[in-house]
Amino acid sequence: MKKVSKSILAILTLVLLSCGGKEEKKKEGFSVTREKAKTEKPAEATPTTNTTTASERIDLDNKGVGPIQSVTLAPEIDQNLAKKGEELYNQMCLACHRPNKKFIGPAPTGILKRRSPEWVMNMILNPEVMVKEDPLAKDLMAEFNGAPMSNQGLTEEQARSILEFFRTLD
Amino acid sequence: MKKYSIYLSAILGSLLTLSGCGNQDGKTTSNGALASNNAEKVYVAPGEQDEFYAFMSGGYSGNLTVYGLPSGRMFKEIPVFSQFPTSGYGYSEETKPMLNTSFGFIPADDAHHPDISQTDGELDGRWIFINGNNTPRIARISLSTFETEEIIEIPNSAGNHSSSFITENTEYVVAGTRFSVPIPQRDMPIKEYKGNFKGSLSFISVDPEDGRMDLKFQVLMPGFNYDLSHPGRGKSHGWFFFTTYNTEEANSLLEVNASQNDKDFIAAINWKKIEEYIANGGGTTMPTNYAHNVYDETTHTATSTMKKEVLTIDPTKVPGAVYFLPTPKSPHGVDVDPTGEYIIGNGKLSADLTIHSFDKMIAAIENKKFDGEAYGIPILKFEDVLAGTVKSGGLGPLHTEFDGEGNAYTTFFISSEVVMWKLGTWEVIDRKPTFYSVGHLMIPGGNSKKPFGKYVVAMNKITKDRYLPTGPELEHSAQLYDISGDKMELIYDFPTHGEPHYAAGIPASLLAPKSQKIYKLAENEHPFAVKNIPDAKVVRDGNTVHVYMAMIRSHFTPDNIEGIKVGDKVYFHITNHEQDFDVPHGFMMIGANTSGLLIMPGQTKTTLWEPKQEGVWPFYCTDFCSALHQEMQGYVRVSPANSNIDLSWSVGE
Repeated sequence: MKKVSKSILAILTLVLLSCGGKEEKKKEGFSVTREKAKTEKPAEATPTTNTTTASERIDLDNKGVGPIQSVTLAPEIDQNLAKKGEELYNQMCLACHRPNKKFIGPAPTGILKRRSPEWVMNMILNPEVMVKEDPLAKDLMAEFNGAPMSNQGLTEEQARSILEFFRTLD
Repeated sequence: MKKYSIYLSAILGSLLTLSGCGNQDGKTTSNGALASNNAEKVYVAPGEQDEFYAFMSGGYSGNLTVYGLPSGRMFKEIPVFSQFPTSGYGYSEETKPMLNTSFGFIPADDAHHPDISQTDGELDGRWIFINGNNTPRIARISLSTFETEEIIEIPNSAGNHSSSFITENTEYVVAGTRFSVPIPQRDMPIKEYKGNFKGSLSFISVDPEDGRMDLKFQVLMPGFNYDLSHPGRGKSHGWFFFTTYNTEEANSLLEVNASQNDKDFIAAINWKKIEEYIANGGGTTMPTNYAHNVYDETTHTATSTMKKEVLTIDPTKVPGAVYFLPTPKSPHGVDVDPTGEYIIGNGKLSADLTIHSFDKMIAAIENKKFDGEAYGIPILKFEDVLAGTVKSGGLGPLHTEFDGEGNAYTTFFISSEVVMWKLGTWEVIDRKPTFYSVGHLMIPGGNSKKPFGKYVVAMNKITKDRYLPTGPELEHSAQLYDISGDKMELIYDFPTHGEPHYAAGIPASLLAPKSQKIYKLAENEHPFAVKNIPDAKVVRDGNTVHVYMAMIRSHFTPDNIEGIKVGDKVYFHITNHEQDFDVPHGFMMIGANTSGLLIMPGQTKTTLWEPKQEGVWPFYCTDFCSALHQEMQGYVRVSPANSNIDLSWSVGE
């Protein structure tokens, strides 16, 4: 019972956070019924014991599921590589991931404070399996209304350049 | 094991024959063991894949359909000569030029004879060609994208029927006219047909690198009807054979008047001789007008160019290039066996098949043994070129294919059957009924040096009671025969779309591995593509508005647009940003006077919307793309024509 109420609380928090409802309300000023309708939707999501949302959760040990076993980051950011990564990011990722705000998916700014580099690259390279097998990716999909992470068919090298670009987003 | 199965199938075959006798009404009583054996042969279990692709022409659908064999499952309809609202082909701004002709935009045609490209006489699986019969055209379809890449109009042709067959190394795709017409077209009495009309046979070169077609020359033949054609192969490579009917040159009631002569001709054309003649400056350039339409895979856009002249060849001026082989009774199909020696004429008003010998033909030519001439073209003596006759006992032979093991299979329209016979001995080995009135038949590679003789597909003209009735209009029926044993076995029926005339089959192993999965966004050169999301925008130029839009699961960028006015021409240029296999998105806009779009990953397509009423009008994705597909939508605000609302666009604001 305790667990259930906790998870309901988590879900409610999630709803408030994810729909950006406040702003909309101001503009419209009359809707009262929508809150109730909205609570039903995430009730199906996997109950989570964490109080923070999946996108805010910090898990630096999880390497995810996919081809990337180990990534070594040099102390200095490789600016050329990051530049390449930014170009790719604009073409392949920006439609859903805005650097500084939650959009279709989570924002990459500060991602390496929350995720291991391996996890980030596996999420880019192996999203279909990640959202099925990686508990964190699963929770993220629930947090983001079931929007699937698209496989953009990138090579490991390309994903690595995007990771380097993410290092510049602090 | 092999022997045993042959023995078994012989028993089963005879069982089938026996049971066939009691089945004149065409209904099959379920014979347990036999039926389950046949079921196993055509059963492709869930998740398993077929052994062959079959490409069937759509006839009056103007398109080409793709099936699997032996399952008979339809995989795709490839739009070729007809507008296709499913994908937006012929409706989208990019593909409208594909259907341009010298008569303007033509939204449909009658597609007949697909033929797969060959290298050294064997299927190479690069392209498939098909003819538009009504407004003469030849199309080339890529067998990696399964999309139409090029359409060339054929001038001086009418009823482009003896087409589109290719030579042994795809040097040419060949197109012959069914109707003879005045060349050049002019206003003249129909009754003056005889001696004045001409029949053109067109040789269109195919670039070995990119497949681009170029109309090299047209042979202007006597005013007969050129019905079908096939290339020589092996030793007869360099020759092309066309059947003729209406050598009477009748212009009315051909049903009677074109069936007067005991024999018509197979025209043998030595195109290598004609090439030499042209290389030495021969031929006459004639002014004309025809469209050449090419689709560019990187810009995702077709362009149409009008060509203004064609090189014509007077066959009487090229010694040794053209001969007539007398062939009984209005021959329809002309088919050349895998060795290139036998040229089979199917006299459609005859019971017998006439087989000419290529070696004998060459000998007769060398010995100048002619039996007169027609309009200056030498006629060879029937007896001198005849290799043999198949006394079939059937009626109305149309087309023949080969299994590569010395057997030939001929369809008989009137007696509704496929007859299997032996090349060289001309003996009939087997015959099986078709349901009903079969036209063409197809063995994968059956028109090449190397057939894959496992199945015959018969394409029937009449369906009647084979399926559950669907009102007066029925789909045509195809029938699958197993020919791996000594005899044929009818194992399956399946409906087909439109009217498949001919078909081309190829082992899946030659095509499936190179089937393209996506278009690379990085390689997209469309001038209105949104390759980076920040480039999404809306631009006004007078009354024309260009929306540079991107789409990915599951939203449009932008999805709110304001500042559009009544009377604007709004072009939505939409780029699918997915880079994953099988994630197309669709687009439809309320009140658009055109089809929607189906856009493949990495592709850009454009549709025109002309808003007529003020209001806020929605658009949405028509292809169920994700769990949030239903959310993939947007609005356009349309203001009065004189409004001064600024153009603006956004997503997620």
